[in-house]
Amino acid sequence: MSKTLFDKVWDSHVVRNIESGPDVFFIDRHFIHEVTSPVAFLGIKSRGNTVLYPERTFATADHNTPTINQHLPVEDPLSANQLKALEENAAAWGISHWGLGHEKNGIVHVVGPENGITLPGATIVCGDSHTSTHGAFGAIAFGIGTSEVEMVLSTQCIMQPKPKKMRINVNGELGFGVTPKDVALYIIAKLTTSGATGYFVEYAGDVFTNMTMEGRMTVCNLSIEMGARGGMIAPDEKTFEYIKGRPLTPKGEAWNTAMEYWKTLKTDEDAVFNKELTFNGADIEPMITYGTNPGMGIGITNHIPDASNIEGGVATYKKSLGYMDFSEGDTMIGKSVDYVFLGSCTNGRIEDFRAFASIIKGRKKAENITAWLVPGSHEVEGLIKEEGILDIITEAGFTLREPGCSACLAMNADKIPAGKLAVSTSNRNFEGRQGPGSRTLLASPLVAAATAVTGVVTDPRTLLKEEALA
Amino acid sequence: MAYDKFNIVTSTAVPLPIENVDTDQIIPARFLKATERKGFGENLFRDWRYNNDNTPKEDFVLNNPTYSGKILVGGKNFGSGSSREHAAWAVYDHGFRCVVSSFFADIFRGNCLNIGVLPVQVSPEFLEKIFEAIKINPDTEIEVNLPQQTITIKASGESESFGINSYKKDNMLNGYDDIDYLSKMKTEIQEFATTRPF
Repeated sequence: MSKTLFDKVWDSHVVRNIESGPDVFFIDRHFIHEVTSPVAFLGIKSRGNTVLYPERTFATADHNTPTINQHLPVEDPLSANQLKALEENAAAWGISHWGLGHEKNGIVHVVGPENGITLPGATIVCGDSHTSTHGAFGAIAFGIGTSEVEMVLSTQCIMQPKPKKMRINVNGELGFGVTPKDVALYIIAKLTTSGATGYFVEYAGDVFTNMTMEGRMTVCNLSIEMGARGGMIAPDEKTFEYIKGRPLTPKGEAWNTAMEYWKTLKTDEDAVFNKELTFNGADIEPMITYGTNPGMGIGITNHIPDASNIEGGVATYKKSLGYMDFSEGDTMIGKSVDYVFLGSCTNGRIEDFRAFASIIKGRKKAENITAWLVPGSHEVEGLIKEEGILDIITEAGFTLREPGCSACLAMNADKIPAGKLAVSTSNRNFEGRQGPGSRTLLASPLVAAATAVTGVVTDPRTLLKEEALA
Repeated sequence: MAYDKFNIVTSTAVPLPIENVDTDQIIPARFLKATERKGFGENLFRDWRYNNDNTPKEDFVLNNPTYSGKILVGGKNFGSGSSREHAAWAVYDHGFRCVVSSFFADIFRGNCLNIGVLPVQVSPEFLEKIFEAIKINPDTEIEVNLPQQTITIKASGESESFGINSYKKDNMLNGYDDIDYLSKMKTEIQEFATTRPF
């Protein structure tokens, strides 16, 4: 029978199928971090269980870590306590731990692929909804709750009903200044934040074929924001090129065997999806959000829609605009901004810093802007220095911080103050997400950079054009 | 046993007629710093419930003594966003055993089922009826009957059935969880693991 890519990977991991119930689903690779794992370890202890396969779990500290002075003791006692708990739990069970200060430390969804832990055809989970990132490699990867973290630690399995299948095709070519982030925000705006709930998505078409691995990670990362459990892209030469030779990828004969399998990981021609959507890449412009969920996004040159033109409840829509202090019909371009955040598991990779640098090069940070530039990992930080991007950043009046999740969820000290407006390359613009009372506009690194040098929401194409003409 | 058994819950309900209630509203990230499962109920809907100086916002439903009960009724797409189980813990710790909505986000729904909170998905029309009934009389009782898989507005007798897979239903009725199930099949899992190439 014809199978989709998703079917092939899912079906090969089912240990047992329960009639009219979930599948017992085997997990190849498990990431843990300091916030969603401590209670799982307490559960293991209280039930008298053990960690079944410690070599299949990888711990890194990221959600709750400072992004300056990482060499000093962590000031917040609660954060310090979580970091200590992760370190102790990892040590007690023989789990590898890349804690604060470790050269491989960084955001879990950045360091996993960097180190070759993320592989095509693997099943990967983590107590974090953006685990969907790893689907860029043709893995089935999704976020789980703490009860499930405990299940994976103690049995290497979770119990999941198989989701329905959706394919999203984006064909043609992307326009000037349009990035993978814009593609994802465009799709989410079309589907809404619940449009793919209950589905696992496969992304297909020219746009994804032509996209870099970093770009594919950005797109898959944002799958959860349209409600999908995860998203994946069939592995190709780009995928194999990216993972080859990384510290934990198979080597020698094991690589050859794995390659034979990985080359079969594509959707059969006549395989059927429960839902299929097709978009044209040329229709997408640089995107920006204006509301309090990632589905409330528009092309940057557009106006905020009238309540009468949107799907869903008018009261909820108006509440959202009220929180943002915006009005129906407002233009986004020209709105005065206070903060710019470049980073997160969505846009904290080297390519995102290259994009940011391409605009700020030769310009200066606007005086009204506080900018937080946070690399996704020490490896990204190293590349920023190696490629001369740090010089561009410094020259333009910006500073570079140390790796971590930072202002994406504002668990650490990186909180946008109440009422302030931020252009953020992260993934969620929920009320108070980046600090109590903070207001977030989600956008690409190019939009963030253009805004950072002008001080107002700016279409990056206007700045890029200047250069093209110069 | 992982949590209290769920059979029939008859209770007044707390209405929250807002769509896309995300887990950052249910419990903001800055309250996720505990290393034990304690104290999350007091931070349920923290920023909707309290001002910055920690005084209660009087117009928020949880601060209104008119509304109480073991059932929380929310708008469409309840629990979207992060995978934090803390959101489900906060709902449970506050005293809710059941959340009713016309649509749930996947991970939140799964987390609820894993800790003993029953997510009940009803039609948009029935959800409106519940909101309306509570609006007319805040003492309206709602019956959630898991064995029968029905939800009923007691005053009017209006009722709708809801779906749940039989495995999860059995778990909820008996207070079992997935770890109880998985722990019994370790040998089978270990045999399976030997077939995995990486």
